[in-house]
Amino acid sequence: MKDKTTPKTGWLGLPPLAVGLGAVAAIVVFGWQFLLAESEIAVLGLVALAALGGWALGKTGIQDSLNEAMRSHNRSMNGAILLGLLAVIFLLGEEHFPLLMLTTMLLYMTVALGLNVQFGLTGMVNFAGAAFFGMGAYTSAVLTEHTAVPPLLILVAGGAIAAAIGFLLIVPVVRTAGHYSAVVTIAFGVLFKTFLEVNDVLGGPQGLMVGPMKLFGWDFNSSPMLLGMEMSFYANYALLGGGLAVLAFVLTQRLERSWLGLTLDSVRLDETASACFGLNVVRAKVLAFTFGNVLAGVAGALYGMMISFIAPNSFTFADSLLMVSIVLLGGLGSLWGTALAAAIVVLLPEKLQILQEYRFLLFSGLVILMLLFRPQGLLPRKVRSYFPSWRPQQ
Amino acid sequence: MDIGLLGQYLANGVMLGTMYALVAVGFTLFFGVLDVIKFSHGDVLMLGSFTGFTVYIGVLAMGIENPWLMIAVILLVSIAATAALGALIARYLVLPLKSAPPLNILLITLMLGTAIREAVRLFYPDGSNPKAFPVLLPTASVDLGGFALRADSVILVGAGIAVIIGLNLLINRTRLGLAIRAVAQDEETAKIMGINYTMIVLVTFAIGSGAAAFAGIMNGLYYNEVNFGMGLLLGLIGFSAAIIGGLGNIYGAILGGFLFAGLQTVGAVALPFASAYKDVFAFGVVIALMAWKPTGLIAERSSDRV
Repeated sequence: MKDKTTPKTGWLGLPPLAVGLGAVAAIVVFGWQFLLAESEIAVLGLVALAALGGWALGKTGIQDSLNEAMRSHNRSMNGAILLGLLAVIFLLGEEHFPLLMLTTMLLYMTVALGLNVQFGLTGMVNFAGAAFFGMGAYTSAVLTEHTAVPPLLILVAGGAIAAAIGFLLIVPVVRTAGHYSAVVTIAFGVLFKTFLEVNDVLGGPQGLMVGPMKLFGWDFNSSPMLLGMEMSFYANYALLGGGLAVLAFVLTQRLERSWLGLTLDSVRLDETASACFGLNVVRAKVLAFTFGNVLAGVAGALYGMMISFIAPNSFTFADSLLMVSIVLLGGLGSLWGTALAAAIVVLLPEKLQILQEYRFLLFSGLVILMLLFRPQGLLPRKVRSYFPSWRPQQ
Repeated sequence: MDIGLLGQYLANGVMLGTMYALVAVGFTLFFGVLDVIKFSHGDVLMLGSFTGFTVYIGVLAMGIENPWLMIAVILLVSIAATAALGALIARYLVLPLKSAPPLNILLITLMLGTAIREAVRLFYPDGSNPKAFPVLLPTASVDLGGFALRADSVILVGAGIAVIIGLNLLINRTRLGLAIRAVAQDEETAKIMGINYTMIVLVTFAIGSGAAAFAGIMNGLYYNEVNFGMGLLLGLIGFSAAIIGGLGNIYGAILGGFLFAGLQTVGAVALPFASAYKDVFAFGVVIALMAWKPTGLIAERSSDRV
């Protein structure tokens, strides 16, 4: 291990900010090429490159510089990452499928961030993530097809419905602990999908059509023109999905860093002790559960509008497990880990069509290995630092 | 409603209840000895019935025609296979994680269940389609005032109840059962008393998984069909049954199994517009029961240490 005192200059004597910006640029180019790669050889090559890069990050000390850059140049780095996301969307401009994948990944990441607050911070595992995601999607289907509610409000409505139905579950989830609360959410996830399948009003197993997103009169299913180039209409959704994911990320990060996040952490670590110190355990659990469900509902509503057709089979228990896998692979409570794992879990099987059929097998195997050998996840959560500007003395 | 239909529902309910109770007993045994939930239980059951199906094809190829002999071989092989699998799971996935947060074991076995399910779907010949399980039991029926009581149902229920009673005797009346109960009550003290802890855990997992295989074969013989997805629902039902009964209590598991079957049957009868909602209804009631009695009807006797 490198020594923990942070040097003023990072890797190869470069200032940490330069290393950080370079890394963001590299990730942008990589993501762009990865999403565009067509042949399996190219995809495999890029995956190998990423694995090698990840390994090298730790070995060469670039990671320490990156951490330093994230800590001391937080604003610049966040701005760079935001610009990088925009750059990827514009670089992919005309490509339908890569943009669809990118948006799906961003929406899954939003859901997984919510699940991370429930599971990673508060310790309440929710095995009905796909069900809450589906509630958002079905809300948007019903509202776009039968009412004239402005679509932006429909996103809010998706979150509200997910929260409202989540409230029905709150009593059993909050009163029970551990295994008992797991069975409540598992039963609910299975119940939800069975309900959709046998219910004729909501389209039964055939599913429903969903109307497009419209924002201030702009129809998201029409292609925007930019710099004389006709972009894919998915670029609209990618931008909005990106906005949603960024918003979710910022909210989750703020929540984690606040006293509320501290409360959630202490509830996870020891409920009885937290209660003894005067923390309101029930309130903390209700807050975390609702926060996660709202994120899932909003993301689901946008997802429904984007793919314009939804069926119960997209919201099965296996999908909920995939969402929990994202949280576990990334690392409990680790937000950047969630982002990375969402990219792996969503993009990899889409790019490697051989894997598509095997994805549930592959990821369940991967999570088993992860739980056995690296339970802290790919990017483990750091120990909370109470004073963000505090530095160890040299 | 006429009495014949009611009898039919009752017979069906008892059948399902026996099956669910067998699955739930497995969950309760695992929870008893190790305080863990092994969620792959349902998929182990599915694997048991697929093993049974494969053995049936093999036995048929060997030219054995006697159905009783066939059933005996099928049961023997699939129970042995799943018992071994259960012990392997305990040894390599559950015991290494014993000191990790308890939810990790639930997660790892959930993932294992998915892996088993997907592996059967992908790698068993034509595994994604349901398989027709053979009719091996006599199908003669007695007419009882408007409904036909089939001999195979009676045999299945009888055998299932016999297995449950057998398990109960094993746990409460034998030396092995005494050791299992000792480990369940206090691991450390049991070790001091010279009980081979690891061995007992493995044996318990083998017994529970074997019971699951029995339930799987029972399910196959009753519905004459096995498919790769049957384990998820049966496992979930067994888990719910064990939970509403109260984890770690064998009578609770039996109670829960029959209660769940009763709920499904009542759901099918009382919701005349759509009996398709019976699972929705049953799971809805389970969730409501959890809200009312958070640790099950027969609560686990424990207290939190602070």
